[in-house]
Amino acid sequence: MALSREPAAAAAAANSLDSAVKQIQIEGLVVLKIIKHYQEEGQGSEVVQGVLLGLVVDDRLEITNCFPFPQHTEDDADFDEVHYQMEMMRSLRHVNIDHLHVGWYQSTFYGSFVSRALLDSQFSYQHAIEESVVLVYDPIKTAQGSLSLKAYRLTPKLMEICKEKDFSSEGLKKANVGFESMFEEVPIVIRNSHLISVFLWELEDKSTVAEKHELLGLSSGSYLEKSLQMLMDRVDDMSQDIVKYNNYSRSLSKQQQQKHQYIQRRQQENAQRQSRGEPPLPEEDLSKLFKPPQAPPRMDTLLIAGQINTYCQTVKEFTAQNLGKLFMAEALQGHGS
Amino acid sequence: MAVHGPVVKIHPVVLASIADSYERRNEGASRVIGTLLGTIDKHSVEVTNCFSVPHNESEDEVAVDMEFAKNMYELHKKVSPSEVIIGWYATGYDITEHSVLIHEYYSREAQNPIHLTVDTALQSNKMNIRAYVSAQMGVPGKTVGVMFTPLTVKYVYYDTERIGVDLLQRTRASPNRTNGLTSDLAQVGSAAGRIQEMLTTVLAYIEDVLSGKVMADNSVGRYLMDLVNKVPKIPAEDFESMLNSNINDLLMVTYLANLTQAQIALNEKLVVL
Repeated sequence: MALSREPAAAAAAANSLDSAVKQIQIEGLVVLKIIKHYQEEGQGSEVVQGVLLGLVVDDRLEITNCFPFPQHTEDDADFDEVHYQMEMMRSLRHVNIDHLHVGWYQSTFYGSFVSRALLDSQFSYQHAIEESVVLVYDPIKTAQGSLSLKAYRLTPKLMEICKEKDFSSEGLKKANVGFESMFEEVPIVIRNSHLISVFLWELEDKSTVAEKHELLGLSSGSYLEKSLQMLMDRVDDMSQDIVKYNNYSRSLSKQQQQKHQYIQRRQQENAQRQSRGEPPLPEEDLSKLFKPPQAPPRMDTLLIAGQINTYCQTVKEFTAQNLGKLFMAEALQGHGS
Repeated sequence: MAVHGPVVKIHPVVLASIADSYERRNEGASRVIGTLLGTIDKHSVEVTNCFSVPHNESEDEVAVDMEFAKNMYELHKKVSPSEVIIGWYATGYDITEHSVLIHEYYSREAQNPIHLTVDTALQSNKMNIRAYVSAQMGVPGKTVGVMFTPLTVKYVYYDTERIGVDLLQRTRASPNRTNGLTSDLAQVGSAAGRIQEMLTTVLAYIEDVLSGKVMADNSVGRYLMDLVNKVPKIPAEDFESMLNSNINDLLMVTYLANLTQAQIALNEKLVVL
């Protein structure tokens, strides 16, 4: 398994502009485990996280297993995450499970996952292992009828910026990173081995719970309300951020003006003094007199913009689905009446 | 055959795990064993998680890595503190003498351990999943033996699990057992397609009954009545207005979402100036 990774890593390093991973292949087992983990441990708006294990084959990332991370609790101060991870990996190696870290997964609440924490974690993963991804699982959307699992990676441009830690506006302008080119989504394919297919047949035979048809339910009010609420909160954050930036640019331009005036006055005075024959005033250090205001970090704006974008996308998908369902209901009524 | 003892409820993730560890077994090992975790109720035992334990088995003896089992259990407890050891599983069809020894070990860990067998070799053309509890038998005072009594096995799911399993079921159809995650409108389309299939089956059945090919069954007839009555009888204008207001809401939301996206794109361009 280690041997197969070397050539893949070399090939990935060769084309650093192109993304190293074109497709993700997940085993059914991983999907079930992620669902179960959220169901049991993640009630409410807390996120549950875990590690993905697998291997890289050509330009495909295969995820073959995963294990969950315990929650962060305050009263568990002596809990060592690294230790837990090491122990888990060592034990899994004994039972021949792939022990290569290929990413991590996180559950999200109504689609709000674009945050500084996620960015930092994903950056450190991608820095260490070129092909890692973050799987975002949306349990509320899944409960509505369709499994919502998305895989994201940081674009190479964003990786560059994070590496240099240059988050000012000049840095971002240089790299030409917009909120749309922060994350890239990788298509997912689910694969099951033959044995699991057999067991799925058996399950279908014996299971007493019928297939769920949640997807065709017409009620959309509460989900839409909640999503729009979060969108509005984000837009509020954004506007605050914009106000801050405006203040900054205004104070910057005011300072420029003041600098100008000071230099002009100085020159005038010096000209007067020369005409009177007195020695000119010493040049003072302008930068000490006029301290430039603190430029606000642009990274937060970018994140908020990215988050708003994600919300809008999810809302649009949801409304498209609902429109389809409403038209179906109309057709049904048409036949009845 | 009356079955005494608790009902065993299994989650699909457990079976997928077992199948996976069977596929990854060491060379030469004919079966895999592992621990079952879950919760115990008054009349039922719910199995929600499992992990495999390395072991060596030969003709005369069996060695199980107990340290490993304990270690793994500690790690798992950190994530889900409510799960306890409720038994163990083994792949393979029969129960061997070694199973008795292993079962004895597990009785030290759990109160009344469940033994689950999963027939991965598909001996009887099915994947037989059975659960057993041990019971003492024999004449007291003389050699006491252990008998494994079977229990009923049920499959339970959480709601989201059910939806996940439905998605996995669809991989059975494709040739290389894969399935992509479709876009949202396409999902509604495929769900509608499925309902259409079901309706055609029902219609075919009704045709058969009407033409006398199949005997009419009253209970089925009652279900059909329920089905037809489920479509609500709403006067046309009321339905029109309901539909229109809903569509308007959704269109407005779409418009606002597009507007917001355009707004932030614009803002970005301005800032970068």
